[in-house]
Amino acid sequence: MNSPLNISRRTFIKATALTVGGLVIAFSIPNAKRFMLPGIPEANASEEASKLPTPNAFLRIDTDNTITVMLAHSEMGQSIWTTLPMLIAEELDVSLSNIKVMHAPAAPEYIHTAYGIQITGGSSTTWSEFDRYRQAGALTRALLVSAAAKKLGVAAESIKTENGFAISGDKKISYGDLAEAAAKLETPKTVTLKQPKDWKIIGKATKRLDGPEKINGTAIFGQDVHFDGLMTAMVARSPVFGGSVKTFDASAAKKIKGVQQVVQVPSGVAVIADNYWAAKQGRDALKIEWNLGPNAGLDSKALVSEYRKMAATQGLPAAKAGDLKLAASKATKTVEAEYVLPYLAHSPMEPLNCSVKISKDACEIWTGTQMQGTDQLAAAKILGLKPEQVTIHTLFLGGGFGRRANPAADFVSEAVQVAKAAGVPVKTVWSREDDVKGGYYRPMYLHKAKIGVDAKGLPVAWEHTAVGQSIMLGTPFEAYQIKDGVDATSVEGVADSPYIKGTPNHLVSLHTPKTGVPVLWWRSVGHSHSAFVMESLVDELAHAAKRDSLEYRRELLKDHPRHLAALNLAAEKASWGKPLPKGVFRGIAVHESFGSFVTQIAEVSVNKGEVKVHRMVCAIDCGLSVNPDSLKAQMESSISFGLGAAMQSEITFKDGMVEQSNFHDYKVMRMADMPKVEVYIVQSTEKMGGVGEPGLPPVAPAVTNAIFAATGKRIRSLPIGNQLA
Amino acid sequence: MITLNINGKDLQLDAPEDMPILWALRDVVHLTGTKFGCGMAQCGACTVHLDGQAIRSCVTPVTAAVGKKITTIEHMQNDKVGQAVQAAWSAVDVVQCGYCQSGQIMAATALLTSNKKPTDDDIDAAMSGNICRCGTYPRIRAAIHEAANKLA
Repeated sequence: MNSPLNISRRTFIKATALTVGGLVIAFSIPNAKRFMLPGIPEANASEEASKLPTPNAFLRIDTDNTITVMLAHSEMGQSIWTTLPMLIAEELDVSLSNIKVMHAPAAPEYIHTAYGIQITGGSSTTWSEFDRYRQAGALTRALLVSAAAKKLGVAAESIKTENGFAISGDKKISYGDLAEAAAKLETPKTVTLKQPKDWKIIGKATKRLDGPEKINGTAIFGQDVHFDGLMTAMVARSPVFGGSVKTFDASAAKKIKGVQQVVQVPSGVAVIADNYWAAKQGRDALKIEWNLGPNAGLDSKALVSEYRKMAATQGLPAAKAGDLKLAASKATKTVEAEYVLPYLAHSPMEPLNCSVKISKDACEIWTGTQMQGTDQLAAAKILGLKPEQVTIHTLFLGGGFGRRANPAADFVSEAVQVAKAAGVPVKTVWSREDDVKGGYYRPMYLHKAKIGVDAKGLPVAWEHTAVGQSIMLGTPFEAYQIKDGVDATSVEGVADSPYIKGTPNHLVSLHTPKTGVPVLWWRSVGHSHSAFVMESLVDELAHAAKRDSLEYRRELLKDHPRHLAALNLAAEKASWGKPLPKGVFRGIAVHESFGSFVTQIAEVSVNKGEVKVHRMVCAIDCGLSVNPDSLKAQMESSISFGLGAAMQSEITFKDGMVEQSNFHDYKVMRMADMPKVEVYIVQSTEKMGGVGEPGLPPVAPAVTNAIFAATGKRIRSLPIGNQLA
Repeated sequence: MITLNINGKDLQLDAPEDMPILWALRDVVHLTGTKFGCGMAQCGACTVHLDGQAIRSCVTPVTAAVGKKITTIEHMQNDKVGQAVQAAWSAVDVVQCGYCQSGQIMAATALLTSNKKPTDDDIDAAMSGNICRCGTYPRIRAAIHEAANKLA
């Protein structure tokens, strides 16, 4: 997703008392100043606590000293379960060990401060909540201090706070003992946040708060939800996207022990059973005749040819400057290349699932979702309910990577349809095969570039054509992501590339074909293909100019200090230019995405066509790092995710059907493939960026640039697979 | 009805003979620490111990466990090696989304029970059947070495 919208992030702050006692801090953002996606219900602007959902707050202090932090975002591995509480603990002067964390329900109060919908994505949580969560902590502290001052009959200024206590001289009162009194006080109009020099928690490597339960098996993911009466459902879906059920025979399925019902739903035929095993056997026993629909001829090879034809013509302009033709005619040399990247599945470890219980005027949903906002609306629409009648319980996500943030709410809508048709509470569970074949992929892309260089080897004319499906088309984000037919996420990393912007004559254009394949953002969205293309092209230019890859980039990026900082730190740590063990070669790539700047340097050997990545050195400038250890973990994660895709993963189509089915043929990273990883953080006071995604884009080109250094062969399509064999 | 010994207790289960141990644990006994990831022994999320050996419970029918001992993640805190592995996982802060980690810990515990000082190659060989999409592999490797050192 693109960077933040230009909207006000000023918040109104208010404190309200819970009927059970204790102190609750809620924020609402004034509607008039707030960006909202069309159709998203707005927060209640009323100051009355009774009109807010319960629990409505970001922070709650109970009389027993329990401090509860409500997460407006979903924990999917990125450690936000720890980062947001760190912000509150810092300002509130409490120890993290006193904090309990909960996922917030779906409610207008938790709408993303920039994206206009309740969502976890775009590597945006920390920067978008940095003020709001610190303010929640600071405001609460101010109220507790006032309450303590009143109780002790001293001036508020004389009170200090430490580890959950207000302290005056030799007297100390716990926050729990002050909570009720604090809740009755008038809310201050402003609060003062701590100066960075006074931070004790922010910026310090901090252990994950969700670690213990994820180590002892007690953490509850969507898949683990259970209550009396909950049945398991599996849905047989069309083998071709866009197909539908012609006829089906459920007689054999119904004979399987444990199968309770077979019902037709919009997406196919659902088998409802006592458990997964019975549901799966029941589904295997279904006899279904499908109308395969218009996509029955879909074929990856044919699609690449089609894209190639499109790329031969100019698409809709996405960036333009100078006089391309004139500059091209004066260029001393031309570099021309085509790059192709496949469809990719997210394949999170936890297969998709969603539990639904429908009653007369309400619906409860338990699932791991990144996008409560659209899920709630979709469920409400199916059931004819108001959004607020749909409760969403967010559980831990067994990985998201974008798949669990679907504007079409596919897996939630389907579960609601199944529960509605069956008339009982159900948990729909996807098998791994369902997940691999079930769609919403990173779209396939083809890029074609023709670059004219001057006598020094620097680009003077850059013609670039991209071909690929739009992710935003048909979603609530369409209106502000697609301008004049160009989806900004299709060309992000190209149209705004410093290399292209720095080339005086350029034209970036885009073709947006429709193929019938459902597509979605996949970790780092457009950057997942554009960085591979751009950083490979620049490497081609450096080679054509007979220049060192690092030096050449330094020259092109001389006016981009944050790129340079990440380049220089990684180069220093990787000892760029110094000898490597025999047969090992380096490749480098740098890319900006989601407001952060990352360099990856790969050390690679190629032996009899087999590529081995030995070491990855990563440097990032993301501005302030709230938790340096979780930042490092996200870089390690991006390297693994990016390497798997670079080396092995692809989704292909034949006769309209996905050819892969499980981890034996949709190959991902495994332990033996994992190189040594080193992560370095640029000490930076620049604007905060994200960390969940920006590590990934430069991974693949760093590896393929190293392969070029090793073999002289330029890898121009992914995955690398056995191209060197 | 079938009798299975799970975490030291004999339990009577109403489960068909071909039901994989995974679904008996998850859907019949409601021990949900053991995870479903692939259903065909490709990812290791469902790893449990059968008489101390790491097995893929998603492809092992309940009948294969009759007369044997099934041990799951929920029991690891009572196992000396399991305790050390869990402590190392915490010290290194391995987990991210966490979904695969029960299986990773069960595989690592089986490895360290049979091989007290595994090399990186031993770890690669023993752990490559366990996929982690979050890419916690470098930390898993570090945590296994850490646990081995603590147990030595």
